[in-house]
Amino acid sequence: MPVLEKDGAQIWRRHTLREKLVRWFGWLLGLLVFAICWQIISESTTWFFVWDAPRIANDIWTRATPPRWEYITQLGRPIWDTLNIATLGTIIALFLAVPVAFLAARNTTPSALFIRPVALLIIVSTRSINSLIWALLLIAIIGPGVFAGVIAIAIRSIGFCAKLLYEAIEEIDHTQVEAITATGASRWQVMAYGIVPQILPAFAGIAVFRWDINIRESTVLGLVGAGGIGLQLSSSLNVLAWPQVSLILLVILAAVVISEWVSAKVRGAII
Amino acid sequence: MGLSHCRVRGLLMLRLQKLTKTYKTGDQALKAIDLEVPKGQVLALIGPSGAGKSTMIRCINRLVEPTSGAVMLDDTDLTKLGPGALRRARREMGMIFQEYALVERLTVMENVLSGRLGYVGFWRSFLRRYPQSDVDEAFRLLDRVGLLHMADKRADELSGGQRQRVGICRALIQNPKLLLVDEPTASLDPKTSRQIMRLITELCRERGLAAIINIHDVALAQMFVPRIVGLRFGEIVFDGVPVALTPEKLTEIYGEEDWEATIEAVDDDEDVEAAQ
Repeated sequence: MPVLEKDGAQIWRRHTLREKLVRWFGWLLGLLVFAICWQIISESTTWFFVWDAPRIANDIWTRATPPRWEYITQLGRPIWDTLNIATLGTIIALFLAVPVAFLAARNTTPSALFIRPVALLIIVSTRSINSLIWALLLIAIIGPGVFAGVIAIAIRSIGFCAKLLYEAIEEIDHTQVEAITATGASRWQVMAYGIVPQILPAFAGIAVFRWDINIRESTVLGLVGAGGIGLQLSSSLNVLAWPQVSLILLVILAAVVISEWVSAKVRGAII
Repeated sequence: MGLSHCRVRGLLMLRLQKLTKTYKTGDQALKAIDLEVPKGQVLALIGPSGAGKSTMIRCINRLVEPTSGAVMLDDTDLTKLGPGALRRARREMGMIFQEYALVERLTVMENVLSGRLGYVGFWRSFLRRYPQSDVDEAFRLLDRVGLLHMADKRADELSGGQRQRVGICRALIQNPKLLLVDEPTASLDPKTSRQIMRLITELCRERGLAAIINIHDVALAQMFVPRIVGLRFGEIVFDGVPVALTPEKLTEIYGEEDWEATIEAVDDDEDVEAAQ
């Protein structure tokens, strides 16, 4: 108990002596782990490369500047593909995520015992695998190209969107649902009037947020051959064409900044 | 019980028989309640928090499933109905809520029209293509409660009193026989509370509606409602006219307290005559 009595006066402290000792020991343990890890990492590091790093970085920097501006004529199509992969992938993911979210939310699932676990499994399994790995798998199945990229992005996004959406569904104000139910509305009407209006802002926020993330993710899909600007990036890297690499990075940066701006605008307009 | 001192006599419309609700936690919210409400009668249900008032009105339209007993609306036992028949029965019972329970992001008009959901199909309601007669009725009701100019506003832009008026319109557009009213004034200031209570009781009289009004405020209940039922620990411990609610009776319902002031406040008020 933090309240102690001493010489007839009541003293209040945040922690008891026991808690203080436990905390002190916890900190000590943390520091110890840090020190040990540091030593292990240090032993397995080839320090020569680390000391050499600034020189190499400087070397690459001088080779990469200035960017090869005339290369931009060949980047229009790939960046357009990249944007399409992200956008289409997000749209497909949203279509699939909505039913999954309703099946996963405790207050809307038809069966908490059988269907909810399946929905949660879909969410976890699609979320836990990176889109690059999905792309590798899909290229093996449906061949390289933009389509594999779209599907990879879509699958990866289902879990993310469904998870955030089902959390929003679980947090709705239940009395609004009660009120609609009390009018004699059917199950679907209760959904359309009692639940959907309440989760619409969350849905819009999730959609633009995921689209924003997907633009970043789709820029690298080309590295494994799933279409988009990543393909140019990997071929430029392979031939050590550093001025092209720097231009590609600039283009990606511009695309991300623009998507950032668009999603901020959209979110502001809806919420 | 209780019928002898009902002011409005008429056909029996609602009868609760041995209505019992035991929650999963083992709490017995209602203990074999017997209650009869004649056609067109407005009654107030008073009692301390946790006495089972909310549970009781939710057991009537089965937002809460009763454990046992019967709820007879006219000649139908609501507790025996399947899902489809229950939805049709719910159309006959309008409900008004403590926190208004409007769909906040929809407009006033959409909220009022949502009272017709039990009568229109899914796609019509989804596309907001309600029959013109429903729209006409919605405008009439909004005009009646003085909110015609707000029809296009979003529900979350309204004040508490205005929201409750929209809630009343939503319940009335169902064209119900019975109103279930759950703490209509608990979130409102004293003046608005009176206006809302006056509006509800007036509308019930105009339309010959029966109503069960859960209410905290004893003085307000005495002011507007001809019959008061007191609930304590899931049992009816009082059923009578407002003037019969003596300090002894209030002690029985709520427990020991000085009740003189509560009762005097009512006697002073001219609303008493207006309501009677």
